[in-house]
Amino acid sequence: MTKHIKITVNGTEHELDVEPRLLLVHLIRENLAMTGTHIGCDTTSCGACTILMDGKSVKSCTILAVQANGKNLTTIEGVSAENEYNHLQEGFKENHGLHCGFCTPGMILRATELLENNPDPTEEEIRWGISGNLCRCTGYNNIVKAIKYASAKNRGIEPASTEPEFV
Amino acid sequence: MIECKTSKAISGMGHSMKRKEDGRFLHGQGNYVDDIKLPDMLYMDIVRSPYAYAKIKNIDSTAALAIPGVLAVITGKDLEQYNLHWMPTLMSDTQMVLPTDTVMYQAQEVCAVIATSRYAARDGREAVKVSYEVMKPVIDPYKAMDASAPVLRTDKEGKKDNHIWHWEAGQKERTEKIFAEAEVVVKEQMHIPRIHVSSIETCGCVADYHKVNNQLNMYMTTQAPHAIRTVIALVAGHVGLTEEKIRVISPDIGGGFGGKVPVYPGYVIAIAASFLIGQPVKWIEDRSENLQADSFARDYHITAEMAGTKDGKILATRFKILADHGYTDASANPSKFPTGMFSIGTGSYDYDTSFMECDAVYTNKPPGGVAYRCSFRVTEAVHAIERITDRFSLEIGKDPADVRMQNFIKKEDFPWKSPMGWEYDSGDYHAGLKLAMDTVDYWGLRKKQAEMRKEGKLMGIGISTFTEIVGAGPSKDFDILGIKMFDSAEIRVHPTGKAIARFGTKSQGQGHETTYAQIIAEVLGIPAENIQVEEGDTDTAPYGLGTYASRSTPTAGAAAAVAARKLKDKARKIAAYLLEVSEEDLEWEPGKFFVKGAPEKVKTIQEIVFASYTNFPQGMEAGFEATHYYDPPNLTFPSGAYICVVEVDKETGAIDVKRFVAIDDCGNIINPMIVQGQVHGGLTQGIAPAMYEELIYDEDGNILNGTLMDYLVPTAVESPSWETGHTVTPSPHHPIGAKGVGESPTVGAPPAIANAIVDALSPYGITHMEIPITPFKVWKALKEKGVV
Repeated sequence: MTKHIKITVNGTEHELDVEPRLLLVHLIRENLAMTGTHIGCDTTSCGACTILMDGKSVKSCTILAVQANGKNLTTIEGVSAENEYNHLQEGFKENHGLHCGFCTPGMILRATELLENNPDPTEEEIRWGISGNLCRCTGYNNIVKAIKYASAKNRGIEPASTEPEFV
Repeated sequence: MIECKTSKAISGMGHSMKRKEDGRFLHGQGNYVDDIKLPDMLYMDIVRSPYAYAKIKNIDSTAALAIPGVLAVITGKDLEQYNLHWMPTLMSDTQMVLPTDTVMYQAQEVCAVIATSRYAARDGREAVKVSYEVMKPVIDPYKAMDASAPVLRTDKEGKKDNHIWHWEAGQKERTEKIFAEAEVVVKEQMHIPRIHVSSIETCGCVADYHKVNNQLNMYMTTQAPHAIRTVIALVAGHVGLTEEKIRVISPDIGGGFGGKVPVYPGYVIAIAASFLIGQPVKWIEDRSENLQADSFARDYHITAEMAGTKDGKILATRFKILADHGYTDASANPSKFPTGMFSIGTGSYDYDTSFMECDAVYTNKPPGGVAYRCSFRVTEAVHAIERITDRFSLEIGKDPADVRMQNFIKKEDFPWKSPMGWEYDSGDYHAGLKLAMDTVDYWGLRKKQAEMRKEGKLMGIGISTFTEIVGAGPSKDFDILGIKMFDSAEIRVHPTGKAIARFGTKSQGQGHETTYAQIIAEVLGIPAENIQVEEGDTDTAPYGLGTYASRSTPTAGAAAAVAARKLKDKARKIAAYLLEVSEEDLEWEPGKFFVKGAPEKVKTIQEIVFASYTNFPQGMEAGFEATHYYDPPNLTFPSGAYICVVEVDKETGAIDVKRFVAIDDCGNIINPMIVQGQVHGGLTQGIAPAMYEELIYDEDGNILNGTLMDYLVPTAVESPSWETGHTVTPSPHHPIGAKGVGESPTVGAPPAIANAIVDALSPYGITHMEIPITPFKVWKALKEKGVV
């Protein structure tokens, strides 16, 4: 038994017949072969699978593909052209906001919505804002810095220095 | 500021070069193992034991095999036909791949389902019916030592108890004498809890066996691809899978921290399945499997003692350990060191007497004893020495900073021989602690603490001044399964002056593609941007032991420098030939040779490389390539001085980390941005076991927190805003004076945090808290003391 669904991913419309139990993250990764969205826990705990659904960040490992019927999705592949960096991608690169890169797509999509709702967040607001996304490598300092960098750039302000701050 | 010898365009050592690997990760173009999809690929899922100790009465696959897409159910009995049901561990113990009759821990692999899709494999897993005869497990490691305890490893002929091995080192009699006569003796019992690396990417593989040419391509999450290739050949050589026919490819890895060093049964079953069916087989474990079955870290029960004088001189230490290894010793230590580098536990202090011993036992828990961002038991040792040093300070009523300053090994006394026989290469412990104290305003904080105490408020300051031991290792002492722990680099510079460099290590996020390029750029003056670094493919990379235990820079990084120096020697010869002068008449500045006193007579490294292919002296070997296998003469000894400031809420036990200053000394710094990033990450993996993480088992061997819902990996909210800095004391024996840094902060942070919390609670007679120190434990301790 399959269900017919229609979804738009990064601006491209797809029509597919899917099993009702198919998870959205599997649809993206397996059926559409976009592997930038990752799976870390299957239980909505780690946030590696975060994407935007109609502009809201969601964890695609606990949403059924059929629930995304008619929705507009953005994954990491859709945030910029391959040879370009948007402000968040640039912020993560300039501030060393990633190590292994596994949590990074989810972090960037989550931060996208965070900055949409709150263009100039404080450090505390950023920390709470990304608390649904786990990173095991960076210790979060530089992810916070990366999001601040993007916030400044989005608002046309010169970001803080990206040199490491040593005491 | 770090001084740089090269321009930013070259970006040799000391530049905070932005990472070369980031582009693909930021665009969703990383290539992790689950991203690999091969034609006709099958999927594997694993049926796991719900019981900690049970006999398997029957495995009924009928219903599973009736599910569309399910092709096979592989049991231990199936593997037994090929003698593939057991495998060696890295510690030369043995481990079941799949059981033929008994399961030894909860979540152990029982059988595997192979299917045409991920979902069909999971359906099959749910449909397999296994009946068990449940037995009473042995969970408490102390009870495992009782004479009445059932013997767990009945597979080992003649085994009469659950004892695995005994280890001891140091000066037993002298230690006893000093303890008997000392003015002050302190003692604490501490448990370094069982924890799990829980990298955000779990483990997995795609085993791709080609019958027609008897070739296995094994894509897998491994930190040590070459060692794994050799292990596979040892396990499967008898069925015709020999080492030249095995290619291990470790693609991008989503965090390792030591958890991706061992060979897990899932890998072997996937290989067996692909071998038998002749199609690629993918196995990706889910988070619960990862937390519940993959190798744990730590689980040392330590009795720590210190003897000293009333005025603060440390005279001796004594550590007695009980190590719970679970059902088999599957830790990943060098062969001759069953307790890893625990003997670094005499610490940063100048005294000459210590005795340490450890007994290891089997229990009905998952096997392991591997790393959690620190492979070789250094974290356990540092916790013991740094906690007991604070306990000693408390006992004699002297400030723990003063006691440390009084006892530190002096800068001029390096190289320094420790009572356990290590030769510490270099260090400046006084400078590190002074910088940390100045940064945090230590004496100002002590005043503030006194005022807060008058108001009944709990504030604590904790110090940890640790010595690390990394870079295994010198081949005379260090091997894994007999293979010496050298590492390697191979540099090939193309005619146009751009290079590819390959290594026996494997980055899991450490930034090797950038830092190795910077090391080569430092020596040869070729811009790091033009040096492509590759790791993780055993068909192309030179043999090496892999990345863990902060060994990459001390070993493969050194190999890169030495190989690049060989090329620089060749470059000098070619430059002399091209400029028609003798080699002695040449001077080097990054990227070019020129004639002394005539700087207009110059050849750039790119011109020299081109000449090595087009116009080289007669008799010289063509091309511009070098390989080096580096065998370090000694380990390196990074150090650090960490200060943590906490406030504790009396009513709730809540702990607020107000500040955390970390001063690290990892010798010469290759990329300050990456070093700082490593420290940030390591510190968060230090606060994790200090305050949040522990794998908890009930008396029946059930894991109580086997998902990320319950196992508390710190988020950005729990993780403090880290303040970092450094002192630079180069390693005198390392080619570029570097030491390694990745695991230092994870080693150093937990005792700083524990010391701070105990310091906050010490006015009420509390002398020790077991990590993870949770609000509940604090509240309970205060309640017991009648404070709340």
